[in-house]
Amino acid sequence: MKIIIAGGGKVGAKLTRMLSAEEHEIVLIDSKSKVAGETVNQFDVMTVQGNCASVEVLEQANVEEAELLIAVTGTDEVNLLCCLTAHYMNKEIHTIARIRSPEYSGQISRMRGAFALSMVVNPEMQAAREIDRLLRFPGFLKRDTFARNRVEIVELRVNEDSVLDGLSLSSLENVAKCKVLVCTVLRNGNAVAPDGSFVLKEGDRIFVTAPTYNLSLLLKNLGILPRKVKKVIICGGGRLSYYLAMMLQKSGMGVKLVEKNYERSVELAKLLPKADIVCGDATDWSFLESEGVSHYDAVVALTGMDEMNMVISLYGGKSGVPQVITKLVHMQSSVLGDLPLGSIIDPKELCSNLIVKYVRSLTNQDCAAITVHSIADGQAEAEEFRIDKASRYCGVPLKELNLKKNVLIVCINHGAELVIPSGDSSYEQGDTVIVVNSRQEVISQFNDIFEY
Amino acid sequence: MNYKVIGKYIGHILLIESILMVPPLGISLAEGHGRAVTGFLVAICASFAAAMVLHVLCRNTKKTFYAREGMVCVGLCWIMLSFFGCLPFYVSGEIPHFVDALFETVSGFTTTGASILPEVEPLSNGILFWRSFTHWVGGMGVLVFLLAMAPGKERGSGFTMHLLRAESPGPDVGKLVPHIKETAKILYLLYIVLTILNVIFLLIGGMPLFDAFCTAFGTAGTGGFGVRNDSIAGYSPYLQNVCTVFMLLFGVNFSCYYLLLLKNFKSVFKDEELRLYFGIVAGSVLLVAWNVRGMYATVEETLRHAAFQVASIITTTGFATTDFDLWPSFSKAILLCLMVVGACAGSTGGGLKCGRLLLVFKSLRRNVHQVLQPHKIQVVRNNGRPVDEQVLANVNAYLAAYVLIGILSFVLISADGLGVTTNLSAMLACFNNIGPGLEAVGPVCNYSVYGTFSKLVLIVDMLAGRLEIFPILALCTRSGWKRR
Repeated sequence: MKIIIAGGGKVGAKLTRMLSAEEHEIVLIDSKSKVAGETVNQFDVMTVQGNCASVEVLEQANVEEAELLIAVTGTDEVNLLCCLTAHYMNKEIHTIARIRSPEYSGQISRMRGAFALSMVVNPEMQAAREIDRLLRFPGFLKRDTFARNRVEIVELRVNEDSVLDGLSLSSLENVAKCKVLVCTVLRNGNAVAPDGSFVLKEGDRIFVTAPTYNLSLLLKNLGILPRKVKKVIICGGGRLSYYLAMMLQKSGMGVKLVEKNYERSVELAKLLPKADIVCGDATDWSFLESEGVSHYDAVVALTGMDEMNMVISLYGGKSGVPQVITKLVHMQSSVLGDLPLGSIIDPKELCSNLIVKYVRSLTNQDCAAITVHSIADGQAEAEEFRIDKASRYCGVPLKELNLKKNVLIVCINHGAELVIPSGDSSYEQGDTVIVVNSRQEVISQFNDIFEY
Repeated sequence: MNYKVIGKYIGHILLIESILMVPPLGISLAEGHGRAVTGFLVAICASFAAAMVLHVLCRNTKKTFYAREGMVCVGLCWIMLSFFGCLPFYVSGEIPHFVDALFETVSGFTTTGASILPEVEPLSNGILFWRSFTHWVGGMGVLVFLLAMAPGKERGSGFTMHLLRAESPGPDVGKLVPHIKETAKILYLLYIVLTILNVIFLLIGGMPLFDAFCTAFGTAGTGGFGVRNDSIAGYSPYLQNVCTVFMLLFGVNFSCYYLLLLKNFKSVFKDEELRLYFGIVAGSVLLVAWNVRGMYATVEETLRHAAFQVASIITTTGFATTDFDLWPSFSKAILLCLMVVGACAGSTGGGLKCGRLLLVFKSLRRNVHQVLQPHKIQVVRNNGRPVDEQVLANVNAYLAAYVLIGILSFVLISADGLGVTTNLSAMLACFNNIGPGLEAVGPVCNYSVYGTFSKLVLIVDMLAGRLEIFPILALCTRSGWKRR
């Protein structure tokens, strides 16, 4: 597909990487010639230097023939104008704009038609939703949902005193007392596709597929009995913190928000009447102590700087806060190793994943993935496929299928019924299946999972 | 430095080379020339074996490489290509000395067309075909060919851009379409179509099939190896004119043809480099024709020879229809200047390139204005768009490297004791990939007058000229070889 990406910042670069790996024809527009030059050296794309909202630059990027425009520059207004201009030049084009400012985000969904937008993404809003979901089920490091939120792949860490330590996967069901399936294990930074004889050990991070209604049962039986989160302390007062505070208040949690800048604190206090807004430096150990951090159920570090967030989270963990969430933007999570940073949230990553999902649904209507999540620090991908008439081997028991190495079918959704599959299960036309693949390549069609 | 990935690419290139030697082998078989057949068989087996060894040694490697690997890879690929390419000449015994065979092959791949053979007609047809075919292969570049043919899984990385950039001539190499494979394919398709057109036009003029193909290869790659001792002079005026037109066409930036296919006539017509190129051609033809009037019988003949020689030199082809060494000094001076100017960037021609010259003049003009009005901010523009300062700096650095290498090799080959004009023109003709020079290396003479050492110097010159200096310089630096 011919795609124009406007803006080569972090999201732009990430999209360029992911989409060029899927062999789309990509033109990247950036106002800095340096960005344009470096991108061409790294990826198989073409670049245009200039203002993406100008007709001349869009012409150079061949907008007349493009099928999709993704506007992810740093400025909301430019993104909107870029999409409008592109739509003026090519009525057929799909447009995606990133809109981050809270002032616009409410109205923009109503005005989508007027701005000719196919989709609006708001990374901060998305990240806030993700954090909200994590706080509702404390204990999981990450949750990815499938099949209209009925199935999840959750991430768990095997702790020292956990019942999981030393357990082989075949006996997991007896302990968990419900149908679950471990699809990937991250050991020493490497993703492993385990079989029944695989024995878990301390320090492993496991990715478990389970129906949503079984999650609390799973937590209980694994001996992870978290307190329900009632009080949350949020460090940093950016847009993400604002969205998150709003959501948490709606679900009845108490929120304390720490912000360094006085003017911003006052502003937040006006916007969030029910929250406690504190003005101070969250990286200051004694300040957090004086705010009583150890009495909170969760610390969420959302300042603008990764290193600050890491310091806050480490400190929060040390002072006994059970749930820690860290925002990291610049960090490849695989280099972090075993630092106890809790759940890691990257708004830009969430946003790029959402856009890639949209692109995949545009490219190939049959057999294409409906939902895609990257798990295990990006070393594996979980994809949901709809089984249609082109899909092969309908009704054949899974144990007779010849799947590619490191590919696993982890869930079959048969109408209202969710099946965590065993060797005798099979899928039918109309079902959706979730596939986890820890290969270093993209599986874009369901039939690609078979060896031949 | 990722040595393995370089080895892998060299392996691919050698595999392609062994396949490319099959058609000339077929011709030798049909002709029944036993020694040529042996030569090709040995060369094919040797390069195939080398390719397999490299393939096995370098099979597990990360595919990423950076500017350094790109440069070194291109330089080494061309050296290996030339080494295995010269085996047919050497093994068949048609060129008995190894350095001579190497000189002839490098001259072929770099599309120079400088020969050490006093007579080409005694050579067998298979060898002659291979000699011309190297021009065609070297013209657009083997690595570009490899990029166009690379299987699907090699796609998806932009790292190969370093290869395209190091092998394609011009100050600012860009892509035509987002995918590098598609870009390479478009370039080769245009190249093939133009070559076939050239063959057809030559056949219409009554040229024999074999001659037509060899001449078209020489024209397309802007090489200059002919199949007759007197180059193109023995053919009819129509055939000479066809050659003139096609030489000029192959000297045009290939992206212009792509724009024409997209019906974007305006930007082709307004292209400053193209205008400069045709302007220089028209001006030089008129000046030379005026200067040599009276040497030929008719005005038509005067213009035909002037146009042919000018086109042959500016596109760095090196065919000749007349001995221009007999022309007056003014005409020879113009030809020497045209040697340096060269064709358009992104064409198959060599030399400094019109586009680069344009940028040099523009930045020079800016610097002069800067002295007069120190506070004025000035931007160099090309086709109305501002040129990146980095590109300008690279162009100036290129010019400096060009002049220095030129002077150095001029001094080195002068040790052989030939005349100054001979040495200067030999250096220019090899470094700019033209072929014939003046006096002792003029169009009716050849390079066998030089000693072994000078031939080696000229071989390096030819490679440096074709690959635009930096890949060859990279091979000579320590940091080009360090592991990191």
